[in-house]
Parts: sequence; structure tokens; C-alpha cells
Amino acid sequence: MALLRQIQTKKKMKKYDKLVKNAAGRIVPTIINGEEHIAFKGVKKHKPDGRKYAPQIASCIDYPDDGNKQLASLKEALIKAGLKDGMTISTHHHFRNGDLITNQIFDIAKELGVKDLRWYPSASFPCQEHLIPYLEDGTINRIEGSMNGPLGKFASEGKMKGLAVLRSHGGRYQAIQDGEVQIDIAVIAAPTADMFGNANGVDGPAACGLLGFALGDSQYADKVIVVTDNIVPFPCIPWQIHGNYVDYVVKVDKVGLPEKIISGTTQITKSPDRLLIAEMTAKFCEATGLIYDGFSYQAGAGGTALSIGNYFGDILRKNNWKASFIRAGSNEYPVKLLEEGYVKYILDGQTFDLEGVRSMRENPNHVNTSPFTSYNYHGKGNFASMVDVVVLGATEVDVNFNANVVTHSDGYLLHGIGGWQNCLFSKCTILPIPLFRDRIPVVVDEVTTLCGPGELIDVIVTERGIAINPRRTDLIEKARHSGLPIKTIEELKEEAEAICGVPKKPELEDEIVAVIKWVDGTIIDSVRKVKS
Amino acid sequence: MNKQSSAGNRGPGVKSDCYVELELLPYGGIETELTSKVKALYGESIKRLANEILEDFGIKNAKLNIEDSGALDFVLAARIEAAIKKIVDTNHEYLLPVIEENKSVSAKDQFRFSRLYLPGNSPKLMINAGIHYPNGIILDLEDSVAPDKKFEARFIVRNALRAVNFYGAERMVRINQIPEGLDDLRYLIPHHVNLILVPKAEEAEDILQVNEVIDILKKEHGINHPIWLMPIIESAKGVMHAYEIASAAGNVASLAIGLEDYTADIGTRRTNKGDESFFARSMVVNAARAAGIQPIDSVFSDVSDMEALAKNVQTSKGLGFDGMGCIHPRQIAVIHENFAPGEAEIEKAKKIVLAFKEAEAKGLGVVSLGSKMIDPPVVKRAQNTIELAINMGKLDKNWGNG
Repeated sequence: MALLRQIQTKKKMKKYDKLVKNAAGRIVPTIINGEEHIAFKGVKKHKPDGRKYAPQIASCIDYPDDGNKQLASLKEALIKAGLKDGMTISTHHHFRNGDLITNQIFDIAKELGVKDLRWYPSASFPCQEHLIPYLEDGTINRIEGSMNGPLGKFASEGKMKGLAVLRSHGGRYQAIQDGEVQIDIAVIAAPTADMFGNANGVDGPAACGLLGFALGDSQYADKVIVVTDNIVPFPCIPWQIHGNYVDYVVKVDKVGLPEKIISGTTQITKSPDRLLIAEMTAKFCEATGLIYDGFSYQAGAGGTALSIGNYFGDILRKNNWKASFIRAGSNEYPVKLLEEGYVKYILDGQTFDLEGVRSMRENPNHVNTSPFTSYNYHGKGNFASMVDVVVLGATEVDVNFNANVVTHSDGYLLHGIGGWQNCLFSKCTILPIPLFRDRIPVVVDEVTTLCGPGELIDVIVTERGIAINPRRTDLIEKARHSGLPIKTIEELKEEAEAICGVPKKPELEDEIVAVIKWVDGTIIDSVRKVKS
Repeated sequence: MNKQSSAGNRGPGVKSDCYVELELLPYGGIETELTSKVKALYGESIKRLANEILEDFGIKNAKLNIEDSGALDFVLAARIEAAIKKIVDTNHEYLLPVIEENKSVSAKDQFRFSRLYLPGNSPKLMINAGIHYPNGIILDLEDSVAPDKKFEARFIVRNALRAVNFYGAERMVRINQIPEGLDDLRYLIPHHVNLILVPKAEEAEDILQVNEVIDILKKEHGINHPIWLMPIIESAKGVMHAYEIASAAGNVASLAIGLEDYTADIGTRRTNKGDESFFARSMVVNAARAAGIQPIDSVFSDVSDMEALAKNVQTSKGLGFDGMGCIHPRQIAVIHENFAPGEAEIEKAKKIVLAFKEAEAKGLGVVSLGSKMIDPPVVKRAQNTIELAINMGKLDKNWGNG
């Protein structure tokens, strides 16, 4: 596999080849950037065999006995790590839009004349628009990971040299574990570290809570560089990243911008329409018995999701119930419930504000998690499927309950998948979404891009009615006398079209610019180039 | 006449609206330019609509620029028509079909706890107004519309009355102050408006003037359904004439008070406590009750403080008001909840109504509860409370059968 990859990167290869129709009826390539891939076979159908991928064997005699792995600069570390053409460089997104390190990595690569790198981030943010010239001049061949905003637009217009591959947080970890993606150098920006490479996210000026998205990278990459602006004497406690995986440690002046690490969408929405959707979602969960003493839920960081969490909190308080755990994205709101005693544990995948960071630092019941615990396709079970209620967003949902989170109705790729696909495996997945946004219907005939199969999506809550997946006869029965506006998904679609008009399908080119991976590593859909 | 005009809104933050520029040309046919973020989905349909409207007004040669920010058809049509009418002298109108839901007729004494103000030139707020289930929506042509936008707001309001689904809310329009407001009526009366708010009403004559125009328009368009009036008392003079205004005509359904203007008029400022307006509010309640119509309170302007709003509603109800205005959808539920009869109130009303039924069945002229005699107005109020409780889902409609 590795040999094949080398041969193929040397000769000028096609971005993709061998199109097939997958089990969801979507046309997808099975050769991507010169490597073979498998088309989507259906939910819970694909199971690779063999053994997990492993990095090169390291020996401690190659590392200083005094444990001091510090180097003078990131450039020196990258050179020592053997940075060269065609390598895969991974980064994490715990600093969100306040990340200062990723851009520096590729500045250095450009300076050294290195070409054809594959960037493997756990997510990208608008601050990384800086990389567009490197995507144009071939320093970076392609991004495999989420593409938000400017980078997504760049990819949508077919300007990236390689084909983009979008994976969920769990899919990224799956690809690392089964060797589909072999990371040559992982650069882990850390708020606090020691000379040995132990690192955490709870302390330091750029504290971001945890470093769970970098955990797999530290374990599976051939070379691991920890970059921090806050070196503490050994041992760095807690060690969310173990120095035993780390090759080099670099101290820089500033690792991230704290004000931008705090995500912008961490305030409860003030929009009356969104609040209504949030309130309807909570009422639905209450009326159908989805909320009970000891239930568990996941509510993300968007304004609507946060206010749903708030309404859940009201229901818990009213009944004097305790949630057994919240899977988060944490910030001040779940933390408040934890501290008031209405929630026993927060199992936290990423921390969105300083209250979340404080709580994780101080409260043993606020536990850091990673894709290993939560979204682990190659694990012996994972947490995401144990959650009672998950609320997620979507750019589009179709009449078969299929949903899209990556492209807009005009075909532009503007968002990443995040943990969205992985969360669909919960006991009940609810999408609280507006029926239309600025004349663009959200409930449509057929999604532009398939990210989540309808069989995993249970309920759609809009401001004009709630649609329950016909597969969930139990919920349909329980909601019958709730007094809530239960409608069919077709009725919702027709209502959207009555208000907005019937939209025309956007004209897209045949050329494929990106593929969407399912949680098991198979290809669920292709994203096509937008017409210029 | 000028050959160039524009209408609508553009710029950052503008949503569900559009800005159109029209230039009439001597030759060259119609040239339509469109920029829109929904162009891929609705570009063709927007251009088709624009061309249809120009053709409808007999315009053959023109350049039309549309900067669209997700406007629905009713907005596009209103903006284009406004631009045309700024430079073409015509009485012709481009009318969208009236949706079935907007043909509903309202009753004189129907509940008017909440009425949601919607600025008449801001279509974005209209589209989702009905989903919050206010008793009424007010499309406002008066204070919330800038003077230079008054002309084009009329087309938005007219089109909204025909095409926007308000999900059962009573369709109200606040016209401009009399006499300017009389010119607004032509854009409203033929288009299924249920109720007209008459601002700064100061004497019965204001109401009679409004009715005179309404009657002409009703006759002209063959309209038989009632159109109610809600005069708003906003000055010392209006307060002194409150009863005269309330009883000026049979279609005056409610009498409202507007406290911002009133307090300015009497030379003071509005406070949360409201001592300065106690007399005026009480006058309006008394005048309305004397005329047999609903007294309606002013709006509460701190949209972030729901607790203060709840207190305000309780005071309002205590003074005798039957409803109040709102300027934010989140206020609606608080207003309904606090105007609604409480549990003790419902229980007492049930007993009185049952006693009344019993007396009726027995052919007794006097209703008594225990050793107490119940007067007819008390029975009437109890019946209203029961009806209200049923309507608000606080009491089963078959409560008396079990």
C-alpha cells in the first residue's frame, strides 16, 4: 500500500477514477488520489479485517535519557522529523479560529520547497484561508478533513490539485487506525507541555480544555511534534497527551489566540424563531418520554442546540431528575447543570468556553474524551451509540430523512462533518432546523450531498411542524396526543415550497471535487464542482 | 416625470428583501439584471415575475436592476410596483392571489390579548410572525416606517395581507395619523384586512372620517365583511374624549392607549411603575367599558425582561385591560399566560356558571351560590372566564359534562 502510494504520487495521476453507484444510489469514485477506496455498502455493512496499522517501532535509546526533547524552532523540528514531498501532516482544531501553528507549518514547508503535502486536520477554520496560495502552488496537494468557509469554496470551484476527502471525527480516527491514512508528522499545538512532551489543554494562556482530537495522531503518527507557549517543569499534569509518543517539543511565543479559541456560537440564540424550534424540540422530548430520570443527551454548541440544552435543564429541574451524562461540546450551560447537580457527568469532546475549561480543570466529573471513546468505529463499542437524545443541525433534509451538513443548496461545500455522522448512532437523533433559510428550503426532495442516511435520523423539528421518521412508530404513537404539530415530511416540504416557491436544482459540473466518507471508511457521496 | 426610481432595502443585515432600480428607456426592450444569493435556485423565477409585472404595467422599454437578499415573491412584486409607481402615473395594481387562510373574518369581541407590531417596510419580520400565534398581527404604516419609505411600505403591507400566512392571527394595520392615514385605506380595505388601528385619535370625528372612506371603498369593491377599528389614545385631548371616540361608531371594537406619546404630551416620561399614566389608563378602561368594547393597553418596551413584562401584564389586567401590544414574539406567551384566568379564578367561574345553569333549569330568576346572590354581570364575567380558559387550553371544553 505504502509503495503503491509512492509510485502513484510520483507519476501524474488522475484525481479520481472508477465511478460506481453505491448502496445509497450515489455515483462515487473508487480510486481517489491514486488509492483504492470502497463504495458505501449500507449502514453497518462494512467490516474490514486484518490488523490495525502501527507506526514504526521506536526505541528509547534514540531519545535523550534526561527526557529533554526541546528544539529551538518548529522549522528545526520539521526538518528533523524528515519533512519531504508527499508527506501527510496532521493538526487538530482545538484552537478553532485562534490556531496560530498550522499556517506556520506550511509557511516552513513553502520556504523549504517541499511539495505535494497532504494536510490532515481534524477540522479547518477561516483563519487557515492563509493556506490557499499553498494549495494553488502545489505545496499542499489536498486537504483531507473538514473544509469550512474559504477553503470549502476553493475546493468547490475545483481549484485543489488533489481530490478533497471529508471525514467525520470518527471517520478520521477510523482511517488512522486501519491505515487508510498514514500520518508522517503530527504537529500537536498544546496550551501546556513539559520538555518530555506530556501535554494538556486545561492550563496556560491558550487553554482550550482538552486535546482529544490529537490523541490518535500522537499514537499512530511516525513523528510527533508538540508545540506550546507554556512549558512547565516535568511532569505536566494532567498528561492528556503522553510524552512517550512525542519526538520533539518546541516552545513558541504564542500558540493560539485565546479570544478566538472561544467559539462564536456559544451563546443561546436570541432569535424568536430559533427559540421556538428549541422549545418545540424540548416539548417533543418531554411528551414522548425521551427525557427521564437518568437519561443522557448531546447538545452541541450552536445557538439553537444550546437553548435546547437549557430547556432540557428546565425539565430536569422541574421534575428533580438527574441526567446520567451529557456528551458535549461543553460550555457554561452544561457546566451550570453539572454544578447544580442535575447532571452527573459531562463526557467532553471539546470545550467551547472558559467556563468549560475551568470545569474540566477542577471537576473530576467533567471528563475529557476523544474519538477513541466516543466515535470509534474500530473499537469494541463506543459512547455515541449509548446516548438517548442527540440534537444536530443540517443544511438540508430530504423527504427520505437523508441529511446534508457539508454543502449548501447551491452546491458550495462550506462546512465540515465534525462528529455529526458519528452522533447519528444515538438512540434518537433529532434535527431541529428552520423550514427555510432566507428563501432557501431546508426540507427538500433530495439532498444535494448525502452525509447521513435517513434510516438513522428520527425526528425533524421545524418552526412549522415536527416530522417523525415513519420507521419510528413508537415515537409516532407517543406523540399522537401531545398537542404538538406533527406533520409528515412531505407536508413540511410542500409548506416550504408554498412559501418560498419550488426551487430549481443548481447546475453542477460533472467533475468531482470532493468525496464524503461514511463512518466506516466507505464513500457515501461525491461533491461536484459548482458552475462558475 | 422622472425616468429613474428605486425601492426597497439593501446592504449588510438586509434579509428577505430586495432593492430594485428602474429606468424607463425610449427603446431597446426590457433588460433585467439580477444579483442574488438564491440565483441558482430562484433566478429564473425572479426574472419571470419581474418581466410579468413590467408587462402588466405596459412597460416595454426599461432597465431593471434587482439586488435580491432572499425576497419572497410578495416582496419582489411590492418593490417593483413601488419603483414603477414612483415614475409612472397609474391606478393599475399588480395583485398576487389571496391565499385561502387570509380570507378569514374576525368578530368584534374576539380575544385580543396580544397584538404583534410588525414594521410595515420590514418583510423579514412578517414571514414568521404567525408561527408565534399572537391573537393579532399589526402591519404598521405609522411610526415604525421612515417618512421616505412610507410610500413603498404600502405595497409591502398590501401584498402581505394577501399572500403571507399569519396562521389565524387577526390581520390588523396601523394607518398613519388622520388625515394622511386616510390615503392608506385604499391599499388595505380591498385586501382582507380585519381591523384598522387609528393612531393619535383625538375626537369622534377622526373615526367618522375613517369610516367614511372605508364605506366608499367597501361599496366600490363589493365588500360585506366587517372591518373593525381600534382607535389609539395617545394624547391628553384623546384621553378627555375617550368615551366619545369609543362610542363613535358600531365598528369600533377596542380602544387602545399609547403611552410613549401620551406621557410626552402631558410633559413627563414613562416609568415602569406607571403612576404618570394611571389616570389615562383608567379613563381608557372606563370609556371602553362604558361603550361595551375592549380596553387594550400599550406595549411594554423592554423585550429582554420577561419578569417585568409579566408584572406589567398583571397590573394591566388588574386595571381592567383585555390585552396589550407586543413588539417581540417572545412577549406573546408571557402576555397570554398572564392575561389568562388563574386556577382559582377558573374554579370560581365554574361554580358560578353551574349555579346559573341550575337556576335556569329550575326556572329561577335569581342565581345563588351558597347563601350569596349572584348578579347577572358576575355570571356574564364567569362565562367569559370559562370561554377564555377553554380557548387557552386551560379547561376541557366538556368540563360541565363530567
